[in-house]
Amino acid sequence: MIAAAAIGVVAGIFSGLLGIGGGALFVPALTILLGHDQVGAEATSLLAIVPVALVGSWRQHGYGNLRMHDAAVLGLLSIAGVVAGVALANALPERALRIAFALLLLNVARQLLGRGLAGRRRRLAA
Amino acid sequence: MGAARDRRTLKLAAIGTAGGLFSGLFGVGGGAVMVPLLLLWLAYDERVAAATSLGAIALVSAFAAGAQAIYGNVDVADALLVGIPAVGGVVLGTWLQQRLPADAIALAFAALLVAVAIQLAVAS
Repeated sequence: MIAAAAIGVVAGIFSGLLGIGGGALFVPALTILLGHDQVGAEATSLLAIVPVALVGSWRQHGYGNLRMHDAAVLGLLSIAGVVAGVALANALPERALRIAFALLLLNVARQLLGRGLAGRRRRLAA
Repeated sequence: MGAARDRRTLKLAAIGTAGGLFSGLFGVGGGAVMVPLLLLWLAYDERVAAATSLGAIALVSAFAAGAQAIYGNVDVADALLVGIPAVGGVVLGTWLQQRLPADAIALAFAALLVAVAIQLAVAS
């Protein structure tokens, strides 16, 4: 339980730093440490993300980085995708969903590698 | 002018739908899809993209959690167990973001995700 809470803190820090990372760590923490199946971990992760995203975007608003109107449009127009995604998550076999999730993590890692290397090049060139 | 605005709204709708699909399917916020698309299609600055995506995620994940609750899959106590400490983490993280070069952090997080992905694949 303490490990799960500690991973919560780490997930929050990365979420604030990179704008992603809440769910990517919540879901594995819930399956590996707290024994949830994949779909239960995903559902629980979604609820855990809500306060993190609210507080994170409130802080970002304070720093002047949040485009409120665009965020609202993105969020409100996501509903069709959300309903389809949740239905699919509940229809897929546990193992297929878990492997697909692991592939998602690898893809996020690849994106971050690109961002990190590009940022490093810019910083070293400056 | 009107056409440009319509095109912009259409792009936001496509990005929101893609983010929602990923969020519902994988139990994540959908930022991994929305941030790159905001950079690519709407020429957002990286910090603004991350912040705006996070704002959208508050709505997207609330809708997705609601949909999962209809299926009876949400464990509220465990959501609080990881979510409340993460609220403290995100305040620290956004504070650090204004002060640190993001590249080293992105690389460290990439390495962490690869390790977690391997663990998940092996465990299942």
